[in-house]
Amino acid sequence: MSTLRPEPALDTAFFTAWITRAAAAIETDRVRLSELDAAIGDGDHGTNLDRGFAGVMRVLDTTSPRTPATVLSLTGTTLISKVGGASGPLYGTAFRRAGNALGDAAETDLPGLAAALDAALAAIRKLGAARDGDKTMVDALAPAVAALNEAASNGTPLLDALSAMVDAARAGAEATIPMQASKGRASYLGPRSVGHRDPGAASTVLILTALRDTAAAAGSDVGSNGSGSD
Amino acid sequence: MKKLINAPDNVVADALEGLAAAHPSLAVDLDNRVISRAEGPRQGKVGLVSGGGSGHEPLHGGFVGYGMLDAACPGEVFTSPVPDQMLTAARTVNGGAGVLQIVKNYTGDVLNFQMAEELAGDEGIEVRSVLVNDDVAVEDSLYTAGRRGTGATVFVEKIAGALAEQGADLAAVAAVAEEVNARSRSFGIALNAATTPASGRPGFTLEESQIEIGVGIHGEPGRRRGPIASAAQLTQTALDAINDDMSLSGEVLVMVNGMGGTPLIELYIIYREVQRLLAAKGVTIARNLVGNYITSLEMQGFSLTVCRLTDQFTELWDAPVQTRARSWGR
Repeated sequence: MSTLRPEPALDTAFFTAWITRAAAAIETDRVRLSELDAAIGDGDHGTNLDRGFAGVMRVLDTTSPRTPATVLSLTGTTLISKVGGASGPLYGTAFRRAGNALGDAAETDLPGLAAALDAALAAIRKLGAARDGDKTMVDALAPAVAALNEAASNGTPLLDALSAMVDAARAGAEATIPMQASKGRASYLGPRSVGHRDPGAASTVLILTALRDTAAAAGSDVGSNGSGSD
Repeated sequence: MKKLINAPDNVVADALEGLAAAHPSLAVDLDNRVISRAEGPRQGKVGLVSGGGSGHEPLHGGFVGYGMLDAACPGEVFTSPVPDQMLTAARTVNGGAGVLQIVKNYTGDVLNFQMAEELAGDEGIEVRSVLVNDDVAVEDSLYTAGRRGTGATVFVEKIAGALAEQGADLAAVAAVAEEVNARSRSFGIALNAATTPASGRPGFTLEESQIEIGVGIHGEPGRRRGPIASAAQLTQTALDAINDDMSLSGEVLVMVNGMGGTPLIELYIIYREVQRLLAAKGVTIARNLVGNYITSLEMQGFSLTVCRLTDQFTELWDAPVQTRARSWGR
């Protein structure tokens, strides 16, 4: 008899699976992200992130991180080394700070994950000096982190909490369309930046969706093993 | 997209290999992507490091050599370099007198150079950074990432480079770099957009008779579009934008810069107009550069940069320089 686990363990394998899924999602949407960037920037957001996450996958494949924190820390340092632009330092520092927040534990839980993403958001805010409504990745990440923290404090089940996080991220990215950019290269366009989705907010949605989908996949594996459908 | 490349992902790597093969006076670290002087650091001299996205050649690698930069860090096309590159550069050029990073004001460049400054500091290398933000086309710094760094970068690298070559300390070299930036303004106008190898498409599209006014150097659109006009009228537009921001008088240094796809003959027509307009204001062009110094791949258009000279600037401008892009006095 296999053990029925209602929720997947948020362990090293889970975090590795998340980053792997995020890397695949970025690769799949590389052209779409670059096209979003071309409208209000210089059209390379997808290319740069894809190069960074490909580098992350090489590092994760050749090292065996022992803790969730190591997975996130390696992800962060590799993104800083490979991506360039503003998104490299911002995403890279976010993953590193999230890793720091997890400490040495072999496994975390929903409140721990929420605290890690809180730390990631704080790092991005500090480094990029972006406020809400500046038409940046913060506009997707901030509502997502708020939704996750609220769900965590209400004792919401993991998958529901992560789905609430993704919904908030998507709504936040959607809300960047009518905004006028006041940070980054899009800000040079002034009013001409209105009417376009921010590419950083779009990639944030991809990364957070990968997190939710990783939990869903892990949960359904556990569920199908445990329920023995026939 | 028609380009003389092997593969979009290999553009920078292939170009650096060609650069290394063509110029034995340069040391090109292909793994870390750092271009430095082959002779290495001089003890007691402040090291000058700059860098930025590729696609602006000859900036910055073309300005590595005696009297200007000690090292340049080329990023991917139109993408800032990563901190590892600047850290390698700082280690490579440090002659014990510290390192000055010359950083064009773009969010990505600022963040990556800032991280490099911290990393080098942790290793005991004294690093300072100066921001170049001369582009008056960015009107409202409160609601933007601030003014972009464009043509004044060439002036900063030359004048600060000359002072460093004379043995001035880090504080003095940083101070003159900041002063050059503060006394310089630029404005650019493009006739078409650049196509990055990665995207394969122009950064923006223009009708046959339209131009992009107040354009940057990364293929991003400018502040507004307008109809094509005569060289005299376009020069007036650029010069008015500069003069409205910083009233011009006395002796100035002028650069009429091509964006990569502009015939030199057209740049000289622009220079003629600049000269006439400034003369009418009683402003003297004491020194000038006309040519392609900070480009945007194959973009057609020009940028105008004006620096209000001081006696010190003029003396340092005239000091010997020996780089791939400019050489005199040596």
